[in-house]
Amino acid sequence: MSQSKVAGPARTTDDRTEAPSGDDGQAPAGPPEAGPPGRTGTGGGITWRIRLRRDRALILMTLPAVLLVLVFNYIPLLGNVVAFQDYDPYVGDNAWQAMARSPWVGVEHSARMVDDRLFWQALGNTLAIFLVQLTLFFPVPILLALLINSFVRPRVRAVAQAILYLPHFFSWVLVVTVFQQMFGGAGMLAQTLREHGHEGIDLMTNPGLFKFLVTFEMVWKDAGWGVIVFLAALSAVSPDLYEAAAMDGATRWRRMWHVTLPALRPVVALLLVLQVGNALTVGFEQILLQRTAVGPTAAEVLDTYVWNVGIQFGDFSYAAAVGIVKGIFGLCLVLAANKVAHMMGEQGVYKR
Amino acid sequence: MSHVLGVKRREGTRGRLRPVWEEEPRPAGLAAKGLVLALACAGVLFPLWIVVVTSVSSVKTITEAGGLVVVPRGITFVAYQELLGGGQVTRAAVVSLGVTLVGTLFSMTVSVLCAYGLSRSGSVLHRPLLMILLATMFFGAGLIPTYLLVQGLGLTDTYLSLILPSAVNVFNILVLRSFFMSVAPELIDSARIDGAGDVRILWQIVMPLSRAVLAVISLFYAVGYWSAWFNASIYLSDQDMMPLQNVMMQLVLKQERPTGLAQAINTGHLSPLSIQMAVMVLALLPVAVLSPFVQRHFKKGMLTGAVKG
Repeated sequence: MSQSKVAGPARTTDDRTEAPSGDDGQAPAGPPEAGPPGRTGTGGGITWRIRLRRDRALILMTLPAVLLVLVFNYIPLLGNVVAFQDYDPYVGDNAWQAMARSPWVGVEHSARMVDDRLFWQALGNTLAIFLVQLTLFFPVPILLALLINSFVRPRVRAVAQAILYLPHFFSWVLVVTVFQQMFGGAGMLAQTLREHGHEGIDLMTNPGLFKFLVTFEMVWKDAGWGVIVFLAALSAVSPDLYEAAAMDGATRWRRMWHVTLPALRPVVALLLVLQVGNALTVGFEQILLQRTAVGPTAAEVLDTYVWNVGIQFGDFSYAAAVGIVKGIFGLCLVLAANKVAHMMGEQGVYKR
Repeated sequence: MSHVLGVKRREGTRGRLRPVWEEEPRPAGLAAKGLVLALACAGVLFPLWIVVVTSVSSVKTITEAGGLVVVPRGITFVAYQELLGGGQVTRAAVVSLGVTLVGTLFSMTVSVLCAYGLSRSGSVLHRPLLMILLATMFFGAGLIPTYLLVQGLGLTDTYLSLILPSAVNVFNILVLRSFFMSVAPELIDSARIDGAGDVRILWQIVMPLSRAVLAVISLFYAVGYWSAWFNASIYLSDQDMMPLQNVMMQLVLKQERPTGLAQAINTGHLSPLSIQMAVMVLALLPVAVLSPFVQRHFKKGMLTGAVKG
C-alpha cells in the first residue's frame, strides 16, 4: 500500500501532534516499552504459565488478525513452489491437488529469464519509471510543504491542505479516467487545440511519454498527501531556532537553509529509503490500467509482466519465478537502502 | 498553524500572526507564492469541476461544447436517473457499498482487537506475534501464489475474495497500536482494579479515547475497499457481481455502453459522455464527502503510527 510511504518519523518532538488521547492530557509515563505496571514483570517471580493465563484474553484478541496474515501472507510463500514445477492447474480438482501432482523441474523457469527479452524489457521499464518518479515526484511534496509552511494565516493553510489531500483518496481507475478525459485523444486538451486550429494530441497513448504521464498522474494524486509528513516535521522545529538565527542576522533564505532544511533531513532520508526499497514496485494498478492503451513496449513493468504471463496466459510457473526474483531483489534493495541511511547517520526504516 | 504558538505575535496589516522578529514579506513575493498555491489547487479542482458539470449537462450543451463542459448550462439529472434506475451501474454501486461496509467493519474489528492485544507490552507472546505481522511489511508472497491460494480456498466468484485477502493492513494495526499505547496506563490500571476485563477496558476506555485514530483508520480501510478493482478483475468472472470501479473502467476506459441504456443514447436522449461522467461522480462522491470530516485527524493519525515497531 502507498500508505506505508507516508510513514512519518517516529521521533517527532512536537507534543502538540503527539499529545496522548488521555482525557487529562497528561504525557504517557515513560517510553512505551515500560508498559503499564503489572504487565512488565518478567523477573517478578511469576511463571510463564501464570502470565499466559493472565494474558490469554490479549492473545485471543490478536489471533484473528494473525490468522489472516498467516493464511494470506505466509501460506502463499509456500505456494511459490510452483516456480520450480511445471504447474498445470488441470491435473487436480483445486490448486492444492494440482500443486501436489505437477512435476518438478527445478530451476528451469528461472533459467528461462536470462534469455527472455520481454523480461529484460519489463525490468528496464520498471527502473526507468522509478528514476523518473524519483527525480520528478519526490521533490514536489517537499516544495509544496515549504510553500504552505511559509503562509502564516491558518485559513490559507487549512484550505490548501484540504484541497491538495483530496485526490489521494480517489481510486486509480478514477485518476486514470480523469486524465483520459483531460489529455486523451478525445479529451479536453486535444479538443481545445483543435478548436484553435492545431493538431490534437493524445498523451494517453504515447509510449515515449509514458514515464512522464504516470509520474504526472502520481503527482496529481499523491503529492498533496505527501505534504503531511513534511509539514509535521516543519511544525516540530522549535521557533527558538528561527529566533536565534534571526538575532544573529540570518535572512529569510539563510534561515530556510540552516534551520528549515536540516529539520527535514531525517524525514527525507526515511522516505528515500522507502522509495528505493520499492523501486521494483512502481504503481502496479495504475500502470496495468493503461497498459493496453500505451502498449507493452513502454508500459510493461515487472508486476504487470507477472500478471500478464501468469494470469492472462496461464503460465503460472514462469510468472511465479519472475515474482520470486523480483521479491528477492526488492528485499535486497530495502536492506541496502537502509544500510546507506545508517551510514549517513540517519535512522532508516528500522534500527540497527 | 500550531508551529507559531507560544511566540510573541504582532498584528500585521491583515491580522496575520507573525513573530515579532520576522520581516514582512514583500508584496511581490507573497503574490507569487499565492499564485503558485492557487494554481496547484486549481489543478486539483478543475478536472473534478468539469466531470461534475458535464455529468449534469444536457445533450444539447455537450454537443455545443464539442465534449466536456466548463460552464454549467441547461442542467439536467437524466444521466443519474438512468444510471440509478436499476441496471448494471445501480447493481455495481450496491455491490461496492456492501463490500465497503462489510469489509470496513470486519477489518476494523480484527485490527482494533489485534492492536489492543499487542498494545500492552510485557504480555506473553507479545514480541513473536508482533514479529509475525511486521515481517510481512518487508516481503510479499507475490501475485501468482496469492491467486492460487484464493483459488484453492474456493473463494473465486464470491464476494469474500474481495474482502479477505486485503482485510488486514499491518501498517494500520501499527498506527492503532501506538495510539492505544499512549492511553494513560493509570486509567487502565484503575479500571482493572475495579474489575474490568481486557474486552471491557478496550470497549469502554481505550476506544472512546481513540476516536480520532479510529476515524482515520476506518476511512483508510473504507477507501481501500471502495477503490479496489484488481481483486474483482481476477477473482470474479460474473459480470453481475462486478463492483463500481470495474464497471466504470469498462464504461470510460474501454468506451463500452452500459447495457440497457444503449437505446436512450441512440435516440439522442442521453449523451454517452454525461453517462460516463455521472459514473465517475458516483465513484468519487463518497470519498470526497467523507474525507474532509476526518481530515483534521490525519496528521495525528499518520505520525503516531510510523515505524516505531
